[in-house]
Amino acid sequence: MNAQRLRGLIRKEALQIVRDPSSIAIAFVMPLVLLLLFGYGVSLDARHVPIALVAERPSAQTSGFFSGFWRSPYFKAYGYPDMRDARRALMRRDVDAIVWLRSDFTRQVLRGASAPIGVIVDGVNANNARIIEGYVQGVWASWLAAQARERGQPLTLPVDIRSRVWFNPALRSHDYLVPGLIALIMTLIGALLTALVVAREWERGTMESLMASPATIPEILVGKVVPYFFLGMGGMILTVVMAITVFSVPFVGSLWLLFAAAALFLLTTLGMGLLISTIARNQFVAGMIAVVTTYLPAFILSGFIFDIHSMPWPIRLLTHTIAARYFVAILQTLFLAGNVWPVIGGNMAALGLIALLFLGLVARISRKRLD
Amino acid sequence: MAWYRIRALVVKEFLALLRNKASRMVLIGPPLIQLVVFGYAATFNLHHVPIAVYNEDRGGASRQLIARFQGSRYFSLVGMLTSGRRIANIISDKEALMVLRIGPHFSRDLELHRTARIEVLVDGRNSNTGLLALNDVDTVVQSFNAHWAATHGWQTAPAVPVMRAWFNPDLRSRWFIIPGIVGLLTLVVAMLVSGLSVAREREAGTFDQLLVTPLGPWEILLGKALPGFLIGGLEATLIIVVAISWFRVPFMGSVLALYLGLALFLLAAIGVGLAISSASATQQQGLLGVFLFLVPAVILSGFATPIANMPPLVQYLTYLNPLRYFLIILRGVFLQGDGVAILWTQYLPLIGIGLATMTLAMQLFRRRLT
Repeated sequence: MNAQRLRGLIRKEALQIVRDPSSIAIAFVMPLVLLLLFGYGVSLDARHVPIALVAERPSAQTSGFFSGFWRSPYFKAYGYPDMRDARRALMRRDVDAIVWLRSDFTRQVLRGASAPIGVIVDGVNANNARIIEGYVQGVWASWLAAQARERGQPLTLPVDIRSRVWFNPALRSHDYLVPGLIALIMTLIGALLTALVVAREWERGTMESLMASPATIPEILVGKVVPYFFLGMGGMILTVVMAITVFSVPFVGSLWLLFAAAALFLLTTLGMGLLISTIARNQFVAGMIAVVTTYLPAFILSGFIFDIHSMPWPIRLLTHTIAARYFVAILQTLFLAGNVWPVIGGNMAALGLIALLFLGLVARISRKRLD
Repeated sequence: MAWYRIRALVVKEFLALLRNKASRMVLIGPPLIQLVVFGYAATFNLHHVPIAVYNEDRGGASRQLIARFQGSRYFSLVGMLTSGRRIANIISDKEALMVLRIGPHFSRDLELHRTARIEVLVDGRNSNTGLLALNDVDTVVQSFNAHWAATHGWQTAPAVPVMRAWFNPDLRSRWFIIPGIVGLLTLVVAMLVSGLSVAREREAGTFDQLLVTPLGPWEILLGKALPGFLIGGLEATLIIVVAISWFRVPFMGSVLALYLGLALFLLAAIGVGLAISSASATQQQGLLGVFLFLVPAVILSGFATPIANMPPLVQYLTYLNPLRYFLIILRGVFLQGDGVAILWTQYLPLIGIGLATMTLAMQLFRRRLT
């Protein structure tokens, strides 16, 4: 490798980045947009769920039971005179659930005969519906405890669960979404941007001129990788700083390990980007392939939002080929749990392997195309 | 307006898009692969969550409880710990998502009709998964409780909730996610096709040539929009067929309501795509512009996280998002059996967004002319 030629190539790529506002947009505006969206916009924790309360024959017992719903911060309760109105409200999506006490509720409760409490939830959003069912159970459990206290009997539940959540005791969804975003942002910069830029060179024919120059293939590749590597690391640092300062996500691991893992991951995405553009040589196709094979899997198959264990086995197998999967595990561990070597070591090794594989493939394919 | 001129432009657009084998393939293959992969992967229903048990109790009751966890499809037992010291490592090393700890007096407490405590330790690194897993533990323990109370003469609760879910009785998150993926993929395809259409010509310099032909701005707009309409409509149809026949998502509503919604959604999505495309000087700018729109549009659509959980200011922002309306239409038609009469409130904003962005796109053609 010739240092002077390499410097020239790097300078050319860097100029291309600086002169095109869209590269800067992807590298710095996109991380900010994503951070703001995930930091402020997105939450899986339902609050103020609109709920319809129907008592067919109101009494002290029914209003005692309902008072838990009126007080709860999880619900916004609305009283309905009968089930017909409540059903219509559910159909119109005015409420997400109905709690229905039949006319013999009071009599059965006083007899101690396990009166049924009708609960109907709107199941369209199944995840939300499950959360709502959990909230209803919570109101019911505290009602039971209050009833037991009133009667002077201890609450008799055979098994009581005491749960402790490690690493994120308050279950703040920010604390795992924001670190996971780093993987998404670096994928955008490393794979999508690189794929587009190199495909453009092929499309415009400037790649041929580059190849006709005295620069060797490794020099051209390194020249492409270095500027985007710095851009990607810049995006990463911006995200980490924002995560810690603005969103106060705890960071308990080592920053050096984070940088090392990020660098490895960035190499895998750059390798993917270069590979895609070398194969596609067309911006539309390269963009489409980059989105489908890197960005969307980083979103859905990486464990960023959806749990990998719960996927069917063919898909689970597929996730092992997704570099973001390993990086997301490292990120969530470093931010929330610390330097857990068994997790970090294995995932780092996997990232290194994938990076080698992609960069090696790129070098091979590019050499062939020179002939 | 002359139809033969528009037809010629549409034919030219299709040629530009489909001439290349690779670009033909990326239009058809990836959306279907994504539907299948994401349809299976994107679920909030947990299965086979790895769980370890540390049982200090020697009695039969704890074995019954553990058997319930083993028998549940939510969990898969990855280890029986023999010492409490392993608990910390097994969670932090991600060998198990949770550890169930049963104290030495579990069976004795139950025999004495006293409440027995169990401790559940959960990995909160992915707090949503942790929360869902805790809910599943709750379900298992409650069924154990009900059984134990009934068979061992415990006093029953004065009232018990009986849960029912409408529209999706088994609460399968797949029924929620897959109609969402239909909307998501349609948006991606329509925006990629339209977002590059003007930018491609600008980069090649042929857009100026197009402007000096007898084609008026309206005709150019129609010629540029129609391919996206056709491709988006066909793709959406294909995806809907797969959603119904492969994933067995119930289709309860009217086809008319769905296709009216699809047409208006395409109008809005292509309008946005063309506006971005006309503002861009190169394909790269067009593509990145489309991307800058797509990412927030997907996140703020209610696709994965409910709009009702967002802060009020962000909720207002979602009114500008065409995907928001289309997702309501899709889920309404698929699961709730909605017809045009209920959904018209979703159609109107789509028409508004479509007309506004199409006009903007046309203005941008003209502005570049001068």
